[in-house]
Amino acid sequence: MSTPTRKRLTTSAMIASFVDEGQRTTPAPFGHALSRLAEERPEIVGLTADLGKYTDMHVFAQDHPDRFFQMGMSEQLLLGAAAGMAEVGLVPFASTYSVFATRRAYDFLCLDAAEPGLNVNIVGGLPGLTTGYGPSHQATEDIAILRGMPGLTIVDPCDSVDIEQAVPALAEVAGPTYLRLLRGKVPTVLDEYDYTFEVGRAAELRTGRDVTLVSSGLMTMRALSAAERLAEHRVDVGVLHVPTIKPLDTEAVLRVGRSDRLVVTVENHSVVGGLGEAVASCLAFNGVGRDLVPVALPDEFLAAGALPTLHDRYGLSTDRLVRRVLDALEV
Amino acid sequence: MTATQDVDRAAPAGPSFEDRVRRVADAAHRMRHHVLNMGEVQGQGYVGQALGVADVLAVAYQDQLRLRPADPHWDERDRFLLSIGHYAIALYAALAEAGVIPVEELETYGSDESRLPMSGMASYTPGMEISGGSLGHGLGVGVGMALGLRHRGVASRVVNLLSDGELDEGSTWEAAMGAAHHRLGNLTAVVDMNALQADGPTAGVLAIEPVERKWEAFGWHTVRVDGNDVPALLRAFDSLAEADADTPRVVICDTRIGSGVPLLETREKAHFMRIDEHEWQIARDQLDQGAQR
Ligand SMILES: Cc1ncc(C[n+]2csc(CCOP(=O)(O)OP(=O)(O)O)c2C)c(N)n1
Ligand SMILES: [Mg+2]
Repeated sequence: MSTPTRKRLTTSAMIASFVDEGQRTTPAPFGHALSRLAEERPEIVGLTADLGKYTDMHVFAQDHPDRFFQMGMSEQLLLGAAAGMAEVGLVPFASTYSVFATRRAYDFLCLDAAEPGLNVNIVGGLPGLTTGYGPSHQATEDIAILRGMPGLTIVDPCDSVDIEQAVPALAEVAGPTYLRLLRGKVPTVLDEYDYTFEVGRAAELRTGRDVTLVSSGLMTMRALSAAERLAEHRVDVGVLHVPTIKPLDTEAVLRVGRSDRLVVTVENHSVVGGLGEAVASCLAFNGVGRDLVPVALPDEFLAAGALPTLHDRYGLSTDRLVRRVLDALEV
Repeated sequence: MTATQDVDRAAPAGPSFEDRVRRVADAAHRMRHHVLNMGEVQGQGYVGQALGVADVLAVAYQDQLRLRPADPHWDERDRFLLSIGHYAIALYAALAEAGVIPVEELETYGSDESRLPMSGMASYTPGMEISGGSLGHGLGVGVGMALGLRHRGVASRVVNLLSDGELDEGSTWEAAMGAAHHRLGNLTAVVDMNALQADGPTAGVLAIEPVERKWEAFGWHTVRVDGNDVPALLRAFDSLAEADADTPRVVICDTRIGSGVPLLETREKAHFMRIDEHEWQIARDQLDQGAQR
């Protein structure tokens, strides 16, 4: 048995952050956005399963105590009850961690909310690899689980700007939605671009002649940093941000797919069943045959550890992304 | 301190009650020190819970379980299932005191490449029977182990430590009904009632009382005890022998967050307790002062 003694990087499990040094952030954008929306729309309600403080739902709970419902640590009840509230005319936002919404309560989301086509909005914390706590909390396959659910809108926001705009937009969607939540101090990135969130629309944040990074979620932030760094290597990199995984913006994807650039899909999710495969099937099903380079988490149960260590190990760090693109270009 | 014998220590020919109390209390005291030392490395963590449950775990590992510390896969061992993955810090302290893992290894808790991750996982740690983290799994797996062991004719006991928060999960009550239906007298549930969950005090998150009457109605032999009173805990576990042979048993333990360290006992209860850098030594000192009294 080994007992390592070198300087230790610690897990800091529940407060782990993927924010880069010196990056601008906005506190609890989801909670504040939901609170604001609720001021205009009396039918908005919030529910959680003993994770209000950990999904920024506590902001809404403080501002609208009479419209907040603590359901206890009972995820099946959370989603069943959210569906029931939608049945009687309310617009619920229900928060828990992504792993519990998708793995534990799938059947309840599927049959109570999606099949009747109800306006139930699921908010999943710790999507993909955003905690070093191990497989129980790492929702590396949440999108793979959910993409097969008919009628579900799936949104993977990049930053606080995306989240603030997505919350009212998702309330407008008639059917059920799933938002991959970034919580706490969330990076603020997209305000520097000519960008607005629209359900089902991808956005070209940056154009480039050599490479297009097709990215979603927090990996769009990494893609933008990588593009800057690659410019120093004289590689001209564009970024297509795809915040809505389903329904996919097939037109935008086909446009990129038909170009002669290197196309790299970049996601905070397993290589199985996420953005990369959605892009690949969109291209193949439309007769576009071409290479794609997938940057994604491996098809494995991931390790526990410090988040920066894990992002580096599994290829999500900006360094690893830059290296992957250079390797693919054989630079 | 290593427990090497695999005899049942609660057997009549064993040590006196006073000796058992002393053995358990001494181990619990050392376990609390281990917990503070591990917590200090991370600068935070589930220290409050671990101090609260230390006496319960000391009773389990020093007095109740049949284990071979050097052979954690011994087929006839009692199975101790930690449902509550975030309580791993507490179990590591207990495993170290039981001689299953070396005390020196505790300082790697929660560090990269450590066998002691913050959330308990069977694939990482000797003596960790199941992987926790997603709450409400332990009792169901425990039902399967108890059924399987009985089917194979193995006399081992299955003990599942669960939290009051896990009583929120439907899966726990599915398992509770299954255990009674299958007459699993070889299954014992131990509930750590620390009156706390992630969003605050349990009573405000979800009303789970009356807990004893629930378990009784589900067909379990039920005892409730002060989980920080070692003699009372030992008597409660001893009393399980009075249960019908084919009735599953539950020991409901009311514990105090931060038990043994007044600084933390009196602090506002928080699921993820923050402890300032200078407070770790104060906590250790208070622990030792309490032990002398
Ligand atoms: C199925 C599931 N839902 C939610 C969580 C997130 N969570 C972790 S600890 C916790 C509190 C549960 O209460 P308890 O186990 O009594 O925790 P304590 O505060 O006493 O440590 C919650 C909700 C989880 N780990 N598993
Ligand atoms: Mg508790």
